[in-house]
Amino acid sequence: MALLERQGESAATIEDRFTRVDDESALPASGGILVSLPRFQADREALLAREGELGVWLASNESPRDFEKADLGKFALVALDFPTFADGRGYSSARILKERFQFKGEIRAVGDVLLEQLPFMLRSGFTTFETEESGFLEGFKAVVSEVRVVYQPTGDGRATAIDQRLSRG
Amino acid sequence: MYHYDEYDHALVQDRVAQFRRQVERRIAGELTEEQFRPLRLMNGLYLQLHAYMLRVAIPYGTLNSPQMRKLAYIARRYDKGYGHFTTRQNLQYNWPKLEETPDILAELAEVEMHAIQTSGNCIRNTTSDQYAGAAKGEIEDPRVWCEIIRQWSTLHPEFSFLPRKFKIAVTGCDDDRAAVKVHDIGLIMKRGEGGEAGFEVIVGGGLGRTAFIGKTIRDFLGKEDLLSYLEAILRTYNQLGRRDNKYKARIKVTVHETGIEEFRNLVEEEWRAIKDSSLKLPKEEIDRIAKHFEPPAFRVLEDEAPDVDARMKSDPGFAAWVHHNCVDHKIAGYEIANISLKPVGQPPGDATADQMDAVADLAEEFSFGELRVTHSQNLVLPHVERAQLPALYDKLAKHALASPNVGLLSDIICCPGLDYCALANARSIPIATRITERFASQERLDMIGEMQIKISGCINACGHHHVGHIGILGVDRKGEEHYQIQLGGDASENAALGKILGRGFSADEVVDIVEKIVDIYLEIREDGERFIDTYRRVGQSPFKEKVYGTA
Repeated sequence: MALLERQGESAATIEDRFTRVDDESALPASGGILVSLPRFQADREALLAREGELGVWLASNESPRDFEKADLGKFALVALDFPTFADGRGYSSARILKERFQFKGEIRAVGDVLLEQLPFMLRSGFTTFETEESGFLEGFKAVVSEVRVVYQPTGDGRATAIDQRLSRG
Repeated sequence: MYHYDEYDHALVQDRVAQFRRQVERRIAGELTEEQFRPLRLMNGLYLQLHAYMLRVAIPYGTLNSPQMRKLAYIARRYDKGYGHFTTRQNLQYNWPKLEETPDILAELAEVEMHAIQTSGNCIRNTTSDQYAGAAKGEIEDPRVWCEIIRQWSTLHPEFSFLPRKFKIAVTGCDDDRAAVKVHDIGLIMKRGEGGEAGFEVIVGGGLGRTAFIGKTIRDFLGKEDLLSYLEAILRTYNQLGRRDNKYKARIKVTVHETGIEEFRNLVEEEWRAIKDSSLKLPKEEIDRIAKHFEPPAFRVLEDEAPDVDARMKSDPGFAAWVHHNCVDHKIAGYEIANISLKPVGQPPGDATADQMDAVADLAEEFSFGELRVTHSQNLVLPHVERAQLPALYDKLAKHALASPNVGLLSDIICCPGLDYCALANARSIPIATRITERFASQERLDMIGEMQIKISGCINACGHHHVGHIGILGVDRKGEEHYQIQLGGDASENAALGKILGRGFSADEVVDIVEKIVDIYLEIREDGERFIDTYRRVGQSPFKEKVYGTA
């Protein structure tokens, strides 16, 4: 399992600053932690008061809408799960987080995260990728630049075909 | 029609290169079939019963002569010399070799075509009225909006892994030839209170295992808001649609289970948040695309064509062809000419490479180089001078393309069925060909009048059996092919789903049963009544009694 972070047009392997804490375990005294949505809802006050970075993990049937907007500003990380690559709910969640709620923290793709899905994930706002696929890092750059044109505006700031047509005059 | 600019070209070319790399990785064994499957499906490449099948998108069913020639060339060079036009206005090649598919896509890219999103759980090729730009009473050419949707939906990052496939249809007039009410989203162009053009938005229609007529989610949507509204519907569906059961994953089930009121509330809430985002269409871009669909240089002509009338009097075959295959054009002196791909005894929708070349030539000679594919698996020359109809007819006849049966009983819609398809339970093509052989007499076809028979080889309903006046569904009964009959379906603006008549029939019996149903209709119809009208008047009972011999 590797954790990769987008850095411009390529990526680098990074250390995971967050420890996954399951719903029954006690919270570690310090350091970043990643908890489930039910755990966050059950322990909200303790978690928000705690020292150290907080991340929340959303299953694909959970939504950023399940948070209070004010709470979101306190998260350093939201991890969105892909139970299989074919379950595309995470793309909507990432866009809602980034574009609707202006979430500025890390948006991490976890679960069945494949190289071929990467262009869609980057466009939707994901910044880090937890993957088991070998060759993900090596393939990153090639896959990202493979299709030069985008048609849809998303929060990734890329100029769409329409933008380019209009600015061309 | 639309022509690619540098951006459209770049995207399609990049996509070809990407697929070439993916195929190379598959052939080298770096990708397993399981890993390769979703990648090939995103480029329209299926694995069927006997071979790969490549589905080529014909955006909203419009193509020009060079494109048709390229399709013919590919059929000859890479396939067995023919192609199959589908109910979604696309073209399928049934025998491509895996290693050659990137070359086929590169050939297509040369003529501004592709196979992107002709498969998979994404937004598929948008379909439209085959008479767009030629039809009387059209508010605007709907293809402008189809092209805008095509671009927006192509490689959409959020909507490439939906719960299930997603089909949008657009019509520009009240006569619905695009079956918009049985699509995931149907758009009907209409005028708002101030006379401005916009859309009625219909959601949640569909055929398949559970058929629904779509419901109106918004009475009127302004044009500039089209993409934000579509995005709001898709986002709501992407999050809400069921992923636990693929038979309940289409938006029709989401809308049905959520209720249209609640679904509308969710969509409208989402829409308010994104309505004024960069999805709002700039007028310059709408105008740029609309320019591509400006009418060709029509001549000023008399409506009357005495030579045509004389030929009709002396040649009943020609008269039947004009009567059934030609439709009034919005411009005086022009006709819309349908080319039937339903000759007696042939698979519906198939065309040989030679026929495709011939049609490409005829389009250039008679119709400004423009062609259409219809959802009933025929072709159209949209802009033919009425005075030229005899010349066109004679040339079509030389290529076995002059069957005068559009809209008649032998104009059957039919899926590929168990002859090709890995999902099918029963063959559908042989049933269709046997029906056309049984009803080969033109006199009899004329006497029966308008009749739509639609045949699907399984419950997925690619042959639209639910909306056939007579629908035939192939099922598997203890390892044998068996056929259920439904009556009373309708795909028009009066959309209705057919009702199952009763127990099914064997492949041997089914043609006799169709004939029996037709005979009952002929016996009980009133003057000028089409089959569907008679059925609506009398219901199922008279048919049921005679077919099953019960009271």
